[in-house]
Amino acid sequence: MKIPYPVFLKRHEDTPKWLPVVTSVAAVLLAFIISGIILAATGANPFKVYSYFFKASFGSWGAFSDVIVKATPLLLIGLGCALAFKMRLWNIGAEGQFFVGAFMASAVVMVPLVNLDTTPRWAIISLMMVLGMAGGALYGLIPGILKAKLNINEVIITLMLNYIAVLWNNYWIFGAWSEAGFQMTKTFPRSAWLPRLADYAAKVPAFSGMTAHAGIFFGIIAAIIIYQIIYRSKWGYKITLIGDNPKAARYAGIDITRNTILVFMVSGALAGLAGMTEVSGVVHRLQERISTSYGFSGVIVAWLAKLNPFAVIVVSILFGALLVASREIQPSGISFLIQGITLFLVISSDVLLKYEIKWVRPTQETAQ
Amino acid sequence: MNWIEIFRSGLSTGTVLLIASIGEILTERSGIQNLGVEGMMLVGAMAGFKIALQTGNVWLGLFAAVIAGGLLSLAHAVVTIHFQADQTVSGLSLTFLGTGLALVLGDGLTGQVAPVIPRASIPLLSQIPYLGPVAFTNHNLLVYFGYLLVPLTWYYINKTRPGLHLRAVGENPAAADTLGVNIYRTRYLYTFIGGCFAGLAGATISVAIAPGWYSNLTVNGQGWIAVALVIFAHWNPWRAALGGYLFGVLRRFTLDLQGPRMIFGLANPFFFNTNLVFFLQMAPYILTIIALVWGSSAARKKRIGSPSALGIPYQRGERGL
Repeated sequence: MKIPYPVFLKRHEDTPKWLPVVTSVAAVLLAFIISGIILAATGANPFKVYSYFFKASFGSWGAFSDVIVKATPLLLIGLGCALAFKMRLWNIGAEGQFFVGAFMASAVVMVPLVNLDTTPRWAIISLMMVLGMAGGALYGLIPGILKAKLNINEVIITLMLNYIAVLWNNYWIFGAWSEAGFQMTKTFPRSAWLPRLADYAAKVPAFSGMTAHAGIFFGIIAAIIIYQIIYRSKWGYKITLIGDNPKAARYAGIDITRNTILVFMVSGALAGLAGMTEVSGVVHRLQERISTSYGFSGVIVAWLAKLNPFAVIVVSILFGALLVASREIQPSGISFLIQGITLFLVISSDVLLKYEIKWVRPTQETAQ
Repeated sequence: MNWIEIFRSGLSTGTVLLIASIGEILTERSGIQNLGVEGMMLVGAMAGFKIALQTGNVWLGLFAAVIAGGLLSLAHAVVTIHFQADQTVSGLSLTFLGTGLALVLGDGLTGQVAPVIPRASIPLLSQIPYLGPVAFTNHNLLVYFGYLLVPLTWYYINKTRPGLHLRAVGENPAAADTLGVNIYRTRYLYTFIGGCFAGLAGATISVAIAPGWYSNLTVNGQGWIAVALVIFAHWNPWRAALGGYLFGVLRRFTLDLQGPRMIFGLANPFFFNTNLVFFLQMAPYILTIIALVWGSSAARKKRIGSPSALGIPYQRGERGL
């Protein structure tokens, strides 16, 4: 391939295994450097900001527990995105699916769907999980069907659904479910809380005050399942084939319509589960701003992890740290900035995975 | 309810969507889809407001917004045209980048007051009954710019030689290449121009229609609606204008709907239950989905497709379309 530059791109015969890791790490480092330059330009001291970043997220076990709390929804959403992106389905609607999942899980307590005093804790939590996932899956069904049947751009549909889901939740927490006129529901009873580290402080004193909850285990289990689906199952092979070459997939007799809808639903279910863990594990009620744009960060997490479920675990912890640190940092857009630059660098570096870059001197070219 | 005021305000807010969609139409006609309109609009809104505030000159602000949007779009251009990255992901990261940049550089701008685009009425035309007060009275100058932009862009795309090249590059780049059109340069140019328009659209909000900087709520999803409008508009400036103004009118209508006790002789539910306002606020987003479904099924019936090469990177010498 030739481009009008003194460089020559040669397709890799075989991409070395270590290369994706190196480019991802380099992209993150470079993103921090570029953001540092922008920070310096606005008058802040980037070294101070970054050392504060590190202390606020990895400085103590308590801080790390906060990182895990933030990483949990990112992990679940990132996995859903990774699966969808594998099929080149751009589900940007995790944010909305997250809110619908949170809403459905809250309905168990707020309606209430079961007797909260007599039903055992495991049953209430299981019901919340199932409904949260169902909510997310159904909300993913809408863009799934529109994409599969009418070939409508799923990016825009899922984005619009995000706004709608937030407003839908607002309707309930400002109105029927409002607690004494505040924009939140009442606190859920203990039987609807996911177990947290702090719950075991009586046995292990070191856990006191730690808010990391069982949701992280859902995330890790989901990572194993998604890994098995993508790399070890027939369905995963079909998904990858549709993503890489839809024409070939169609000739091979794979039902693209059905798989599009299914993948959208699984992706939505994971985001819905993330919403459930957030209301049941962290805030213990439905309220505004339960998400600090997890849905969008999940997209970056998936991409940075090169759609590998196990890499998603690592990257979501890193991004959890970024979110924890940026809570108290000014200006507030800095975490967005780092995320945006990172994603840009990652997709730019993809060219290195596909091609070897060779510099061509003009004399060499004329000699050819 | 004051219908004149609803339509007047509709034309004014619709101008934002109109300018952004026309920019995106030009970009997509060259075969590049840039989903980063939201981010470019935010950067434009921030730059326009900040420079207008610092220099005291709103026109310099507008110029800064145009340049800022254009420069940001070049990131998308490099990544998609030369690195052949996926245009969806790149557009998405452009939105992140733009949002982050606008929030960081716009830190501390909230609550300040900057000069705004002056308003004017058009002599004679403003005397026409109904149409005059709606379309030609006391609008900011960018609204009139929007009126001119639509026919000019249509003429440029469909009737001029550079417009022909633009369409050729978007429909069949390999053929255009053999005719001596520089595909890379054309795509860079129109991605840049699209970015300039998005920046201008952002500044239209921050220094004209709703003056001020309210962090990312300044644009609040209008960039995405503009991208959807392009599909609804079948890549045609006239339909983009129709869609943009229609959205503007509906936006104002849903706002005004909460005012009166009675509406069409019935008790107004939105007056008595203020929480129903959340459903009214959903209206633009639901309408966008409906417009997309409607627009794309109508396009299929009439066999109007997107530009054939939309989203496909061009590689000289490799088998294309």
